[in-house]
Amino acid sequence: MISIKSVSKSYGSKIVLDNINLEVPKSQIYALIGPSGAGKSTLIRSINALESIQEGEILVKGVSVHSKQTNINQLRTNIGFVFQSFNLYPHLTALQNVTYAPIHVKKMRSHDAETKGKALLASLGLEEKCNEYPGQLSGGQQQRVAIARALAMEPQLMLFDEPTSALDPEMIKEVLDSIRKLALTGMTMVVVTHEMGFAREICDKIVFMAEGKIVETAHPEQFFSNPQTERAKDFLAKVINH
Amino acid sequence: MGYMFDWSVIYDNIDLFVKGAYLSLKISAFALLLSIPIGIILGLGRVSRNKFISWLAAAYVEVFRGVPLLVLLLWIYFVLGSMLKLGSYLSAILGLALFAGAFIAEIVRAGIQSVPRGQMEAARSSGMTYVQAMRLIILPQAFRKILPPMASQFIILIKDSSLVSVIGVMDLTLYGRNIVTTSLRSLEVWSFIALIYFVITFTLSQIIRFFEKKYKVAE
Repeated sequence: MISIKSVSKSYGSKIVLDNINLEVPKSQIYALIGPSGAGKSTLIRSINALESIQEGEILVKGVSVHSKQTNINQLRTNIGFVFQSFNLYPHLTALQNVTYAPIHVKKMRSHDAETKGKALLASLGLEEKCNEYPGQLSGGQQQRVAIARALAMEPQLMLFDEPTSALDPEMIKEVLDSIRKLALTGMTMVVVTHEMGFAREICDKIVFMAEGKIVETAHPEQFFSNPQTERAKDFLAKVINH
Repeated sequence: MGYMFDWSVIYDNIDLFVKGAYLSLKISAFALLLSIPIGIILGLGRVSRNKFISWLAAAYVEVFRGVPLLVLLLWIYFVLGSMLKLGSYLSAILGLALFAGAFIAEIVRAGIQSVPRGQMEAARSSGMTYVQAMRLIILPQAFRKILPPMASQFIILIKDSSLVSVIGVMDLTLYGRNIVTTSLRSLEVWSFIALIYFVITFTLSQIIRFFEKKYKVAE
């Protein structure tokens, strides 16, 4: 589904991505973890070209994301993206947030989009919130609306950039539960997260990054019980024993 | 304090005041309607990623903001107007609109830039084009934020319209000057004209305040 080939990026002399190679097969869930500044967000954002790259190539379903010949708008309709800070449209209701892209990008009839949008919001436990504005919702509810908004385009791939990092602790679970439910549908997903328990439970692979490099890629069980690199051991010691 | 008020100058000339006020309103209204698209297009140009377009928009803003309106009106009337046979009425509308457009462009740019970057990213990542994202997501949010400074700009435009009398447009101010010349009642006439301008601008600011309340969203 995703192939990342020798991708590098730097800002001036600061290298943020250093020769990244990664394959994410269909229906697999990969977690990107690591210390802040490791390049996790830059990498996940470059998968749908929110971030440019300087070297290498990223293919999604065989299409080169950063090529000038690619219709990026068309490609992005296949890729759902969920942000750390939700980025819901504050001037639109929850339902409109969900239906806008299907109506304006996919040219879906508004009645159909609304029926589908309501069903999606209901499946995320938000049937009561359809007509409320983002400012009237809690952080957890906003993030679930954002997940519904991404799913409304029927993407084949979902990217989550620290979906729970801006949430109060008691709201993290409701958002993680939504992602768990989505995992059961066979959706291909890449998740940047600091929730180690969650990553261990639902992910097929853990990709550990530090200083712009992929340091270790392993099965969750192996990674958490027996990390192979010093850098990963050091990181796990810090995040688990606090 | 021996001044004897004589308000009969107002009653006697009320038809002229009405005619002048009507023309001032008409010129302001046309100039305003023309300045909005000019301002929006230039404002979008200012935030464009195309360097040439943003430079061009910036150059326009600097030039038209930097020239006094009086000089601009005279230049348009005597240079552009005589070349294109515009006449004083069209020159006045064009001058006011081009001038206000420069200020509105800056208001629009500030409004667009006040919308968080994540909004554009969210819209683009759902497959919207840049133009769709601007039209559906960014501008509606910017619009709500720029209503108050826009109101000020519109009021300035109406007041500035009093300058068009220098190119011979028979607006409220020019009628006032003529009435004063024949009646010698400056106090009554200028007080009344000030009141008319105030009533027009105050009405406009109340209308915009109504829209501000209407479009307010919970954030």
